[in-house]
Amino acid sequence: MADIIVPIKQVPDMERVKFDTEAGRIDRSSASGEINPFDLNALEAAVQLKDKLGGTVTTISMGPPMAESSLRDSLARGADRAILLAGKEFAGADTWATSYVLASAIKKLGKFDIIICGEKTVDGDTGQVGPEVAEWLSIPHIAYVSEVREADANSITVLAEMESDRFAMKSPLPTLLTVTKDVNVPRLPSFQDKMKARKAEIETWGAADLADVADAANFGLKGSPTRLNKVVIPSEEGRKGEVFRGSPDEAAKKVAAALQEAGVLGSAK
Amino acid sequence: MNNEDYKGLMVFAEQREGKIHPVSYELLGKGTEIAQQLGIEVSAVLLGSGMGDEINELFYYGAEKVYYLDNPKFADFDLLNYKHNICRLVDDVKPETLLVGATHLGRSLAPRIAAALSTGLTADCTALEVGNEGNLVQIRPAFSGNIFAHIRTTTRPQMATVRYKVMQKLGRDTSKTGEVIRKDAEIVDSVMSIVGKESMGGVNIAEADVVVCGGRGLKSAGDFQLLEDLAGALGGTVGCTRPVVDDGWLGKEHQVGFSGNTVKPKLYVAVGVSGSPQHLAGMRDSDVILAVNADPSAPIFKLADYGIVGDLYDVVPKLTAEARARS
Repeated sequence: MADIIVPIKQVPDMERVKFDTEAGRIDRSSASGEINPFDLNALEAAVQLKDKLGGTVTTISMGPPMAESSLRDSLARGADRAILLAGKEFAGADTWATSYVLASAIKKLGKFDIIICGEKTVDGDTGQVGPEVAEWLSIPHIAYVSEVREADANSITVLAEMESDRFAMKSPLPTLLTVTKDVNVPRLPSFQDKMKARKAEIETWGAADLADVADAANFGLKGSPTRLNKVVIPSEEGRKGEVFRGSPDEAAKKVAAALQEAGVLGSAK
Repeated sequence: MNNEDYKGLMVFAEQREGKIHPVSYELLGKGTEIAQQLGIEVSAVLLGSGMGDEINELFYYGAEKVYYLDNPKFADFDLLNYKHNICRLVDDVKPETLLVGATHLGRSLAPRIAAALSTGLTADCTALEVGNEGNLVQIRPAFSGNIFAHIRTTTRPQMATVRYKVMQKLGRDTSKTGEVIRKDAEIVDSVMSIVGKESMGGVNIAEADVVVCGGRGLKSAGDFQLLEDLAGALGGTVGCTRPVVDDGWLGKEHQVGFSGNTVKPKLYVAVGVSGSPQHLAGMRDSDVILAVNADPSAPIFKLADYGIVGDLYDVVPKLTAEARARS
């Protein structure tokens, strides 16, 4: 038996989201919210482990009320229970404060064996929340897991990427994993699963619900040790942008000459 | 503890099998620049086993002091022992800034240190500046490089992981020396164990000076031979986009982009690559970009220094011939 927790984040659809260059911010209304793609791999890994070992999968997400739709989606994809951590106290959190709230909620849940996170989110792109959660909970973690090899009630063995090397690592439980896209191909929910999830209950916990396990001073923006000074939207840098058309022979000659001129061909080596 | 009690800039020197990772030298280069602006000291912290002369390399690249912890446990990456001992050292030395390379190891280790020390950490920075009050302004891309966030840290040390191949290292100066301060390691239970190690082969695309990258424009796995030929002529390595990896044509070690490798070669040749935001995020900092694509409206042309609109099956062999003739 393994009780598995998967922290997830709702992110905008990165293919569609627009950037407001004037205001210097992301226009979140321009794209619908979905489960962070890396978190789908984490959820799939959790469901596969549950199928093998028995137990439960619980998803938790800190976010605005609209994140409920992503938690509902997680139920359709095999989670048994979903908890939304919502409230204005949590808003504006950096990775430190986010991981603190997630870890506090996990403490409140009580017993768990494995926490599985996506390696990063596609919007924040930090990859920090998983390892920080592990530190708050004083459990080990293995990052960049590309394969789950063996698991039983006491330990798990995985393959972890370290640049051009892969290490087979064994950790006792409880432990935390962050998984890459390579770990699996997430399943698509069936129509029946979607219908069932539509009726399911999503529990919502606010700051007050964490009062017995957390210090509210660490929540949200005021608890965050990093602050955003400003956001800059880069204009595409001044590339030459010389485009050649016409005969491949001629284009290749011209480009090769230009590359040689730029010192990246021939004489440069 | 007041922020004023923290002084100096410290670089985590990452080593694998006794060899220091070049990102550490880049951090020392940037660290030296910042330290000169602020009139502070640059140090490095190195955990290893029998590192010997390799320690001096840190001085050659700009460290004034090296805190060295020697223990067999530090030969390989031992997460909990690394964390425990770096936290102890930071408590002792109190650096104002702690920089860590954004390698797999660094990105796994740094968040644990930050949480343990209750301090802020900014991920995967591509620029660092000194702010008005002498604080560190940490600049990082988000949303696949569509925006850059400027971040400050209210706690100390100010921690950041910094992307490899973005900062400039100093020239290696073997006349430089410094003080090696040996610190005793305090070993805790490793908890986890390494039960095996596999190498993904010799490809290290992040290090290549020339990358020839193929995308969906190629019709079959065998057609990558065209790119191998061009890469051979240019002295480069073959890369690819995510769909190519998904189709099993090439291994992930070749993948350039958001979920693959970030590259910054002198020359990047994109062949049959349309240029999705996810792909551009992994190669936009290349010195010179050449794009070959049949579709003149492909987004890759917007980022390219040079573009050839045409059929890659015609163009690439010609480029290979030209490159051979000129080398």
